[in-house]
Amino acid sequence: MTDLKFKPGKAVDSVRAMRRGAWAVAEYRLFSMSKWMGSMISFGLGNPIIYLVSIGLGIGALVDANTGGQGIDGVSYIEFVAPALLATAAINALQDEVTFPTMQGFVWDKMFFAMNNTPITARQIANGIMTTATIRGIFTVILYEAVLLVFGAIPLSSALPLFLTSIFAALAFGAAMLAVTVRIENDTTLFAIIGRFVIAPMFLFSGTFYPLDQMPIYLQWIGWISPMWHSTQLGRFLSYGMPLELWQLAMHAIFLATVFVIGMLFAYPKFESRLQK
Amino acid sequence: MTSDMIIAKDLKKVYGDFVAVDGINFTVKQGESFGLLGPNGAGKSTTMKMISSVSKRSSGELTILGKDPDKFGPEIRAHLGVVPQKDMLDRELKTWENLYTYGRFFGLSRKFLKPKVEELLAFAQLEEKRNDKVEELSGGMQRRLAIARGLVNEPEMLLLDEPTTGLDPQARHILWDRLFRLKEQGVTLVITTHYMDEAEQLCDRLIVMDKGKIMAEGSPAELIKKYSSKEVVEVRFGTDKNAQFADQLKKLADRIEVLPDRILVYTSHGEQTLEKISAQGMNPVTSLVRRSSLEDVFLRLTGRTLVD
Repeated sequence: MTDLKFKPGKAVDSVRAMRRGAWAVAEYRLFSMSKWMGSMISFGLGNPIIYLVSIGLGIGALVDANTGGQGIDGVSYIEFVAPALLATAAINALQDEVTFPTMQGFVWDKMFFAMNNTPITARQIANGIMTTATIRGIFTVILYEAVLLVFGAIPLSSALPLFLTSIFAALAFGAAMLAVTVRIENDTTLFAIIGRFVIAPMFLFSGTFYPLDQMPIYLQWIGWISPMWHSTQLGRFLSYGMPLELWQLAMHAIFLATVFVIGMLFAYPKFESRLQK
Repeated sequence: MTSDMIIAKDLKKVYGDFVAVDGINFTVKQGESFGLLGPNGAGKSTTMKMISSVSKRSSGELTILGKDPDKFGPEIRAHLGVVPQKDMLDRELKTWENLYTYGRFFGLSRKFLKPKVEELLAFAQLEEKRNDKVEELSGGMQRRLAIARGLVNEPEMLLLDEPTTGLDPQARHILWDRLFRLKEQGVTLVITTHYMDEAEQLCDRLIVMDKGKIMAEGSPAELIKKYSSKEVVEVRFGTDKNAQFADQLKKLADRIEVLPDRILVYTSHGEQTLEKISAQGMNPVTSLVRRSSLEDVFLRLTGRTLVD
């Protein structure tokens, strides 16, 4: 048996604690994530390799052969699809890191309530979760791009622009998912529904595999409201110069920024009210 | 120097139409061990959440460590240790990792936390379990870990919400010992409980709560003296027969309480009263003479028992 010896109330510098609150949450999440680093790396590498093989050797070869080697927009099919594939990978990464930790924090082991008993505020918890999710997204996109570069699927000059556009897409989608997840009391089947009825259509109907205007007009709206399409358009413009007007560029960027801001603004008050209970 | 750690005046918490805490007043001094005793739903946990500076009050005044928690929640929380009713541990992390990561939430450095984690593991008698995941620990161990975690920031005041609910007697006694050591060191303790023995063991002073209000306040001894007799004789005549002896028993006692399964006879001299009961031809199936407890105080104040 050992006694604790301390002078109560002297250890903590409350100003420092309050300042670094969001980062403390992110650090904690990264600490937890480091436990499955191996599977994150293998998934991060395996996913693009599977897509490359299936699209590059399968669909890509077919499209490129049928367009007389012109591909789409004058680039190979894989280069056309790359911005969308990267955005999807980033979106999936953020989706995982936003939804499950939020459920864990509020419902499963209620760690958010324990965190909120420290100097950490509700808003800092939300920011910390988003920060970690973004780090996971960055990690995923870097791995994905490394594979694309190694296989010569995209030129090096596209790496930075596509990195940015895919992370923007994921931030917008992640913030929206955070606002949704914080409102779920205990029903995880909603994630399956979101997967099937939001993410899958978004992936298929956002001009991922062909230009959106190939779709009948009554289906194009799915692309218009999807962060995926806006990010993919930006990525195509920045990576290989797909023609876009200035107003279109601005619209895509503003759309993504707006979804992100609205998502966070809807998430914060619910984080606060739930932790008050 | 003695200062007030908590000052509550007309403190109220309302959820919609439901008044959870209904205008309570109390003060907790530095180094004191203060209890909130009451049955489930009395408003203890709600009061505790307001003291923890996470739940805002609906009205009234509240000062924690000299500050208003509505304005200075994070500053106050930096110096509080909170042991919630549900442990809220990260079940996927190891024992030591739970202490370490929680310490980081207070902005504590790795250098500070390294020896601190070991010290806390020793205090909670969890050294051998340091590398076990939380889900592998017993209920008592998880509770000790939650208490150790609440101490990682060397708090001025430790708040414990139902610290031993659901634990076996041995685990409870280990916990009481740990808490008693903290109290000896001058850590202010605030404890909610619905166990009268726990309140008697740990609290210098307590408030008895029921339906959001304070029914009585004082030290366990004062409350017993004020609201109960020195001793109690518990007699059982059988469920159907208890009531029929009530009138006869009343004449032998200061006061009686007829419960569904037994009659409590309040008296200064238990053994003598029991002898008189037998002498009058009443032969209970079982009988027991004991000292008065806070349970009796609660029964007197509310007409109900603490644990249903």
